[in-house]
Formats: sequence, C-alpha cells, structure tokens
Amino acid sequence: MAVRRLASDDVQPDSFSFTPKTKAWTKELVAKYPEGREASAVIPLLWRVQGDCGGWLPRKALEAVADRLAMPYIRVFEVATFYTMFNLEPVGKFYIQMCGTTPCMLCGSNEIRKVLEERIGPANHVTADGMFSWIEVECLGACCNAPMVQINDDYYEDLTPESFNKLLDDLAAGRPVKTGPQSERRTSEPEGDVKTLTDPALFDGSVVGSWRKRFEEAAARAALKNEEAPEPAPATLKPAKPDAGRAVVRPVADAPAQKAAELEAEEKEVAAKLAALPKTATPEEKANAIGARPEGLKKPRGGKADDLKKIDGVGPANEAKLNALGVYHYDQIADWDRAQILWVGAFLSFAGRIDREGWVAQARELASKNKS
Amino acid sequence: MTKIIVDGIEIEVPAEYTLLQACEQAGAEIPRFCYHERLSIAGNCRMCLVEIKGAPKPVASCAWGVRDCRPGPNGEPPEISTKSATVKKAREGVMEFLLINHPLDCPICDQGGECDLQDQAMAYGVDSTRFHENKRAVEDKYIGPLVQTWMNRCIHCTRCIRFVTEVAGVPDLGAIGRGEDMEITSYLEKAMSSELQSNVTDLCPVGALTSKPYAYNARPWELTKTESVDVMDAVGSAIRVDSRGREVMRVLPRVNEAINEEWISDKTRHIADGLRRQRLDRPYIRENGKLRAASWPEAFAAIAKAVSAAKPDRIGAIAGDLAAVEEMFALKSLMDALGVKNLDARQDGTVLDPAHGRASYVFNPTIEGIEDADAILIVGSNPRLEASLVNVRIRKRWRMAPLPIGVIGEKVDLTYDYAHLGAGPDTLAEIVSGKHSFAKALKAAERPLIIVGQGALTRADSAAILALAAKAAKAFGAVAEDWNGFGVLHTAASRVGALDLGFVPGEGGLDAKAMAAAGALDVLFLLGADEIDVAPGAFVTYQGTHGDRGAHRADVILPGATYTEKSGLYVNTEGRVQLANRAAFPPGEAREDWAVLRALSDALGSRLPFDNLAQLREKLVAAHPHFAEIDAIAQADGAAALAALAKLPGKPLNEPFASPVTDFYLTNPIARASTVMAECSALASGARREAAE
Repeated sequence: MAVRRLASDDVQPDSFSFTPKTKAWTKELVAKYPEGREASAVIPLLWRVQGDCGGWLPRKALEAVADRLAMPYIRVFEVATFYTMFNLEPVGKFYIQMCGTTPCMLCGSNEIRKVLEERIGPANHVTADGMFSWIEVECLGACCNAPMVQINDDYYEDLTPESFNKLLDDLAAGRPVKTGPQSERRTSEPEGDVKTLTDPALFDGSVVGSWRKRFEEAAARAALKNEEAPEPAPATLKPAKPDAGRAVVRPVADAPAQKAAELEAEEKEVAAKLAALPKTATPEEKANAIGARPEGLKKPRGGKADDLKKIDGVGPANEAKLNALGVYHYDQIADWDRAQILWVGAFLSFAGRIDREGWVAQARELASKNKS
Repeated sequence: MTKIIVDGIEIEVPAEYTLLQACEQAGAEIPRFCYHERLSIAGNCRMCLVEIKGAPKPVASCAWGVRDCRPGPNGEPPEISTKSATVKKAREGVMEFLLINHPLDCPICDQGGECDLQDQAMAYGVDSTRFHENKRAVEDKYIGPLVQTWMNRCIHCTRCIRFVTEVAGVPDLGAIGRGEDMEITSYLEKAMSSELQSNVTDLCPVGALTSKPYAYNARPWELTKTESVDVMDAVGSAIRVDSRGREVMRVLPRVNEAINEEWISDKTRHIADGLRRQRLDRPYIRENGKLRAASWPEAFAAIAKAVSAAKPDRIGAIAGDLAAVEEMFALKSLMDALGVKNLDARQDGTVLDPAHGRASYVFNPTIEGIEDADAILIVGSNPRLEASLVNVRIRKRWRMAPLPIGVIGEKVDLTYDYAHLGAGPDTLAEIVSGKHSFAKALKAAERPLIIVGQGALTRADSAAILALAAKAAKAFGAVAEDWNGFGVLHTAASRVGALDLGFVPGEGGLDAKAMAAAGALDVLFLLGADEIDVAPGAFVTYQGTHGDRGAHRADVILPGATYTEKSGLYVNTEGRVQLANRAAFPPGEAREDWAVLRALSDALGSRLPFDNLAQLREKLVAAHPHFAEIDAIAQADGAAALAALAKLPGKPLNEPFASPVTDFYLTNPIARASTVMAECSALASGARREAAE
C-alpha cells in the first residue's frame, strides 16, 4: 500500500463523458437506491467507468461521477483512493495482477515476478506499446492453483515461467488464450494421480444404502428371536426435542439454589409436624415425630470415644448429649441418614443446624482421617 | 431516565445518553480526541475507553449508549469504571499508538501549551517509545489562507471533516487513502470555501491544523485573555481577545449557547491584523487640501470654529457601524445640547425606526429560537454572508428535521436546501395574498419564522416591503403569545443600539442620505461612519480608528478606539445587550471615543455631564433602563410593532433584492485594513468568477 494520488496532469484526458450505454446503465443503477441516497451507487459506477476508461479513473471521470450522483468531489475522491481496485494511474491494455502471497510464493510466484520484470519492467509501469502493466497484489483466493495471475477479468493459474511467457506472447499477438489453469489440469482437480477416494465401490452405486441394508438384517434377526412375543405397540412419534426452541426451566439437582429450596420445603414440613404436637412434648417426643432415632452404642468402641468437639458446631454440651444418645464416634455421625439427622436436630433443639454446619460431612472427613 | 453506576456513584441519566455523557454527569473526566459534543460521533480515537462490568473488553464510551448496557444478573444498574487499572492500561495503549506517528516537535508547534494530545500525554503517556521503525511522513496540504497544515501531526480524529460537512455545510475536507496512508485534505488541495473554516483550528486536538496568520506569533501562556463580544456583524458572537502587551494577537470564540454556540466566522477571528494597520494614532487637520498631524487642542479649536459658524440645522452627525452605545449616547447628548436634530446611525438608509416599537427592528425569535421554528421565510437576505452564525443555526435546525425554507432574493448557496420563491417584492406580495404555494407551508406551521434582511430594507420602496413583511407575519400567525417569528436581520453591530438610543433624525431632521448630499450641511460629525460618501462642501469631522473612506473625506480627524480597545455596550440583532471589554490600549494619542466626545464638548462650550465611563453609563441607564441588563433581551410588544409596520405607506417596486454584503471579508474599516481579509477576499472573488464561468 502506498499513498495514492491522481495521475499527473500530462496523462489526464481533457474531458470525459459517459458512454450512452453507461448512461442508461447508471440510470437503472441509481434507481435502486432511495431518493436522496443516490451516493450509494458510487462504487459500482466508479467500477463501470473504470472499465470504460481503459482500466483507470481519470480526474474528469471522478468529477463526472460526483456530479452525476450529486456528491462533493472530495467524497468520490475518498472512495477512489480507499479501494485499491480503483486505479488512479493509466494501466496497460492487459493489466496483470500477480499474486505474491505465501501459497503462491511457495509455488514459485517469484519466478513469475521475474518474468514480469524482464518483459514489462517494474510494477505500475506501462510498456511503451501500452499493452502491459503489472502490479503485485495480495491473495486472490486461488491458492490451490498457485502460482497465478489475474489479467483484466480472468484468472490464469498453475503458471510456470514458460507457460506464462507463452501466455504473454499470445496475448501480445492477439491469439486466443485459455483462461484458468495453464497446465494439463482441469480446474482445481488434483495434479497427477488421484490419491484419495480411490475405492471404485464409492462410485458404482454399491455403497449407497449399505448401512440401511445392515439395519434391515438386524431387525429381521430380532424378529425371528421374538416370534412368540406380541407385536410391539406402534411407536408413537415423538419430536426429538419437544421443547426445542422454547424456554423451559428444568430443575438442576445439584444447584445451590435447588438445594436451598429442598431444605426450605423440608423445614416447613418439620415445622408443621412439630406444631401438631402438644406443647408439653419432650424433645424426645418431638424428635420421634419427625425422624428416627439413630442406634447408639452402649459404650465407646475399644473404650475410647472420638473427640466430637472437633466437629464445628459441637461443643462440650452437645458432645455430652450425643454421648448420652450412644454416639461416640465420627463414623456413627457420618452414617446418619436424613431421618436420623432430623431426629437428632429436633432432639438437640437445633433444627437445621446439622445441615448448615455440615456435621455429617465433617464427621465423614474426620472418620476417614482416623482410619488412615 | 435510566440508572447507571459510574465509579460507584449511582446516577440517573436519559437512556439516549452515551456513556461519555453519563460519566461526565457523574463527575468523571473522560479523555477524548475525536468526540465533540456538537459533531457526529466517529468513535475512532479510542481514547475514551471505559470498562463496563461484564463486558469482555473496554468500550469506547463516546459511541456506546447507556441503553446498550446490560444490567447485572439480578437487574442491578450497569456498572462503569473510568479509573480502573484496565482502563488506565487501555488508554495508555491508545496513547502509545497515537504517539507512534506523532512527531516530537512540541517546541516548534503552535499548538504547544493548548494541545489536547500534550495534556493527555501527561496523564496517559509513557516517557519512552517502543517503536523503532520510521515514523510516517505526510506531505503538508494547502487548504486555504487561514489554516496551516502540519499533516505529520494529524491523529485522524476527523473532527475537521465532520465540522465542515455538518456545521459549516461546505464539504471541502475529506480523508483520502486508508490505513496508515490515510490523509486529511481538500479535493486537489483547493482552499476551503467556508466562511467558518478557521473553526477547524480550534477543533483540531493536535497541532495539525493551526492558524496561518497567527503562526509563530505567540505562546498561549504569554497572552492576556479578555472576554468580549464581536462587532464584525450584528450577531455579537462571544469572543476571547488574546493580547500581548498593547497588541491584540488573536481572537478566539467563547461558548455562548444563545448566540454562536462555540463557532465564530473567519472575519471575527482573523481581523486581528486589521487592528494594527492603517490606524489613526493622532489628530489631523486638513489644510490647503492636505491632512497634517495636529494636537488635540488644535483639532478641537478647528471644530469649534466651524461649529460656532454654523446654525444647528446646518449641523449633523452620523454614527457608524462599529460604534458602541456609550459614544453614540455621548454624541447624541452633545448634539442635543447644540440643538441639532440631524442625527442618523443608518448609513445604509434602512427604514427601520424606533418609532414603530422595539419589536419592529430586532430579531424577535432570537437566534436560539430558530431551532424552534417549523417554517422559515427569508426575505432579501443572504444570512450566510450577513450573519454567518444565524445561518449556522438555520442549518442546524434544518439538519434536525428538514423544514420548509423559502428565500425571496438572490439565489445563493446557503448550505441547506431551500425553495427559491422569487427575487423581488412581488413574490412577497403573492405570499401575503396566499396565492403562492409557499403560503400553505407557512400557514401550516405553528411557529413560522420570517427573516427580513437589510437587502429588503435599504431601498426606496422599503417601507412598503416592511409593511408587506409585517402583513405576512400577521397572516401566518408568526406573532403569537409565546412566539414572535418576525425577525429583522441586521448587518451592523451598532445598529440596534443606535435605534434603542433613538439615534435617528429628530423632528424635521435630515437622515443620513440627506446629510451626505451636497450643500445639505455646513458641519458633519462622522462617528466611525465609513460606509457613506459625503459630498464635498460640508466641514467633516471624522472620529474613528482607521484611515478609511471617512478619514479621506475628513477635514478634522479625531483618533478613536476599536472594539478591543474600549469597554463598550453593543446590542446585537436580537436586541441582546452585551458588554465588550478592553483588551488593549488605543495606539498613540488615540483615546476612547466617549472621552474624545467629552473633551470636544468642553471645547464647544457645552460640557457633557459626565467625567468617567461609570457616570456616562449611569446617565445612559437612567435614560434607557434596558441597557443595564447585560446579556438579556428586553421584552418588546410584537403585535403592536407589526400593526405599526403594516400601516407603512408606499407601493413596492418590481426590483430584485440584493444583499448589502457583496464582499463578506471587507465590510468594515478594520476588515479593509487587514491583509488576511484582503487575501480571503481575493480568493473568494476568484472562486466567484470561476463559478460564474
């Protein structure tokens, strides 16, 4: 990219006028856009005018386009200098855009460049006869046929210095030339032998439907096995995803919010059951109403109880109460089920605390530590 | 209104605000280069980056709407951070990129000291560069005689392009090329053709566009800044006069939303060299047909001799277009004391007269009120040349939503679309009678605006035209309870003040044209009156600032002070009283004009009853109380004025209107002394010739 300016005055033509064809075409083009938005037609119109002017945009042409579309000159000038497809300097009758981007370069575009430099001269230079000029461009998207050039509107691919020289000779002499690959290759088919998809079965039609056949065979075998079995009920057709496209709220079991909701429901249930009891009920009666008493030991195993105070939330008082219930060991607490948790919670008048402080989980951890 | 949290402060802003506006409202300062509140949003400098909680990367606050922000997960208002480490780092990155190609030439840059880039580099810049390639080099462009370009310094904010396209309405500038090769230029380096082009030097946040006439003249910190008002036209733009010592170095705009927003015309800005050239710095007396330097007593004695030999009805006084209210009041008092009835401030012969009421000669809708109008009829005016900033307002209104605008007069480029209804009074008559198609648009409008220019009011048939315009205003309901859409557009800064003072012929007195005629008077006082040709015969005393037309005709010259050299009241075309402050002192023996007249009154034996400016103003306010209310517009009875105007006699002639301003750059003696204005004028007339071809 370089700073782009209008061509110098000595090459600028004195006048410009739209050809009748372009004039008619422009009318149709401009009609596509809403009133007051005629300026939208600037790029197609400039492109057309560039074609009419021999591949470049003289100053008078820019101004004519601006006048036609009621745009300030500077606005058209901005567009023309922005897009590199608009040439502001004269180009040859055959305007060669040589791709020099990596894939082409790896496949030999440097050789092509050498040919161009030898035959035409430096980039942006028009030959004395006005036939050729060239420019290096970025990827033209034909990497599979690298190296390649674009001459006016056509791609010429798979070039070698020899074939490119011949192509230029033909163009210069006005002989017909072949567009596309200049080798034996057809479009972008593989060069030389085919190396993939070589199995002829792929192409004789035998492969088509082979999977279906296998399914049919399996089904027949199954039918043979269950000959006595009753005819299976015709499957009701279900959409694969009944709620596809609809907003559906599904409970997620493990989400904290979900857990909280479950606990809340349980607490309500507990509260209801407790409310049904007489006020004089002992903690044990209350606990029996909502849960199941965990089985206790008569005395600690091996005569030595675990230090239950290590569980966060269990102090000396609670430890004594738990011991009174026959709970001496971490593993006992770790084994509590839901009903037992509720029972102990109610018994200690600590509804919900066991869950909040995670006694069971703590106990499980301490128990596993004890073992190791 | 939407809630938004900026740096922990919760505020409520309209949903259509941008984040930048919301942040400013919350008191956070956002650096910016491309954003300007009076231009469209470009969002290309990226300096205004802020962090939105939840957004993956910083966003450009100037181009991000408050309503585009997502609320928090539980519906909390969006949270913006303008001071976080991310924001600082992002802005530092932007600054580093900006400085990659910006030359390190602050010591020789005219923007130094008032440069946004310099200031913001202090906050976000780093002290060294990591860029070891070559800097970009860009050819400087010619874009006119007023704006110097230093294109290496350009950071591509495109403010200048947006200004000339949107505000000035003359799309001369553009950005050509792309990426690193993008350059700001005009088409083939033609000079910009807008009369507001110099505003781009204020808009340019770096030193890429600087003032050409002011190049290398001064540094901003050397200048004494004086807030004042402009007198180049009757708009009364708010200006800041920057002076160094005795010399006015430059004029810059000040913000006044009611008048000029923050733009000024090129004439207002680049007049500074005219304040130095061709100045009258001592009294002169004509002897044997030649002017010779004299002392003040000599000059006064010569005047006293002439006055004592003349009868009061053979004496007259004409006030010029740049005179302040104070000196006109002093001159009127002096003439009253001498029993002189021949007074006039209307050199151009306009028919406006205080007798019809104040609403008959001011721009009643006010300049800000133009934005409320829903149909505009311009009669005999080219507002672009006569009052550029009124034209900017009309364009601003037109850009908000196109409205019917009709022009009767010359067909010129006003920078907005309008219907050219006709050239002369017959079209106006057709509209008044409702026959013209534009009458329907005016009738449908709730707040029609009728602008009458001096091109329609300085003719032989102007009384009839004024009556027609008043009838039109009445017919289309331009004057209602809360709207007065009848506006007279003046071209002279002193005019409304003079009419307020009643500086018009007394009973049986001659008007300006009659006074200037051959043999009408024996003694004529010209108070800075340069726009009138006085026929030979009378003894002419010219009190003024420049060796211009009036001084050439004078028999005695009394040197006075320009608007930057005196404290004076000016009343703009809206009738707004404004105070111009003294920024410098008059050169040589020149004195403030009221003081000259006070001294002269002594010599003439009828001493004026004040010894200083405060006493003069006391007397002035006692006689005309509304002069006490600076920056205010005194209420005037619009309906009564219209009724009075509608009764004016006469029959309109069938002659096209022509604007009194033919050369925008040379309308007064100060402008005619300025070389910058001369260059602009030559360029503009060249462009006019080219357009005519």
